Amino acid sequence: MNLTLKIWRQTDSQDKGKIHTYQVSGISQDMSFLEMLDVLNEQLNEMGEEPIAFDSDCREGICGMCSLMINGEPHGPEVTTTCQLHMRSFKDGDTITIEPWRSGAFPVLKDLCVDRSAFDRIIQSGGYISANTGSAPEANSVPVPRDNAVRAFNVATCIGCGACVAACPNGSASLFLGAKITHLGELPQGQPERWSRVVDMAAQHDHEGFGGCTNIGECTAACPKEIPLDVISQLNKDLRTAMRHGH
Amino acid sequence: MAVSGLAFVGFVLGHMYGNLKALSGHDTFNEYAHHLRELGEPLLPHMGFIWIMRVGLLLALIIHVAAAIELTRRARNARPVKYVVKKHTGAIPASRLMRWGGLTLFLFIVWHLVNFTFGKVNVQGGETDDPYNLLVDTFDVWWMTLIYLAAMAMLGAHLHHGVWSSLQTLGLTSTAASRARAKTISFAIAIVIAGGFSIVPIAVLTGIID
Repeated sequence: MNLTLKIWRQTDSQDKGKIHTYQVSGISQDMSFLEMLDVLNEQLNEMGEEPIAFDSDCREGICGMCSLMINGEPHGPEVTTTCQLHMRSFKDGDTITIEPWRSGAFPVLKDLCVDRSAFDRIIQSGGYISANTGSAPEANSVPVPRDNAVRAFNVATCIGCGACVAACPNGSASLFLGAKITHLGELPQGQPERWSRVVDMAAQHDHEGFGGCTNIGECTAACPKEIPLDVISQLNKDLRTAMRHGH
Repeated sequence: MAVSGLAFVGFVLGHMYGNLKALSGHDTFNEYAHHLRELGEPLLPHMGFIWIMRVGLLLALIIHVAAAIELTRRARNARPVKYVVKKHTGAIPASRLMRWGGLTLFLFIVWHLVNFTFGKVNVQGGETDDPYNLLVDTFDVWWMTLIYLAAMAMLGAHLHHGVWSSLQTLGLTSTAASRARAKTISFAIAIVIAGGFSIVPIAVLTGIID
């Protein structure tokens, strides 16, 4: 495959940045999208040019490190992460535009790398349970009803990649926030801090400069883990309940 | 946003029901319009019900617009650098029309109030004191009917996303089943209200009402 790549280049967070155009050839359909970028970077290295910076880690679709806005869709046209997107999803001769996540709360560090520590701070503000340390408790001592366990597991698949924010026309992180609130809220271990958690995490979300949710639904369509939109309803419901409890 | 929006839904449902009285003829419609002014008497003063509605709606409008402005402002700040290419996978067109659609509806409502309530403008230059005749004179003019029908299409789109969105904001759609139900209700309300309002102008223009 021969491709034209339009890629956002930005030397650092202060630089204005702009789109550069590159040609790559001899791309196999079996390559992953990131391998295709590796090929381009090898070319750039040989030519003595600065390679393109992009994030990746596990390349197995489970760590949430890779990002990339590919032709206007976070993680590209398939429901998966960029590392698990393969070149068979594109055609020979295609032009592919690659941009970083665009969010005021995710400043661009270099090229396609953004700083997603805003998500870490949201987790630090309440996305945990407090437990006594020591030896692990007996696993069956706290029974979890099946339906709660299933829902908690489903939304716990959120890898915090930020695709929801990247897709959202409002730049909101409500899907991420909702996934975390629902995950812990479904489990007995999450109950003691449930109401303060939702208030603190929502406050931190707003403080980071993420936008407000208007329930458009582009987040859930972009989510590589298919987190459903009902976690945002759960978030709103928990927030409403917490406020009624005086939190 | 959600609560004030649902207040508007309640209002437009009642308003639409009242409009359909035009199908029962001149006297029924005017009697209904007159009755609204006496509704609640003697407990309420004359025009009491109307003024309660006006104040309530104005309050809902202020809240709705203030919330919309705040959400728009936050959205702008949340994405200072725009995408070169952006698709909108997963979004229904109505959901992306809310801000411009809301502004369009606001301008329409201003004209609508000038037309029928505060200004009483008869575009044909005829009498304005008789609600039924003013209605018929207005919708006999094809471009007035067109303006109203376009506004109702916009209202339908606004409700199609708005009703579902308000239920989600209120935290009432926390399961897949309730979410699907909310979307169906939202679509049905949009069709019923936009369709119901459109019946009278179309009936006038086609001569069913005269």
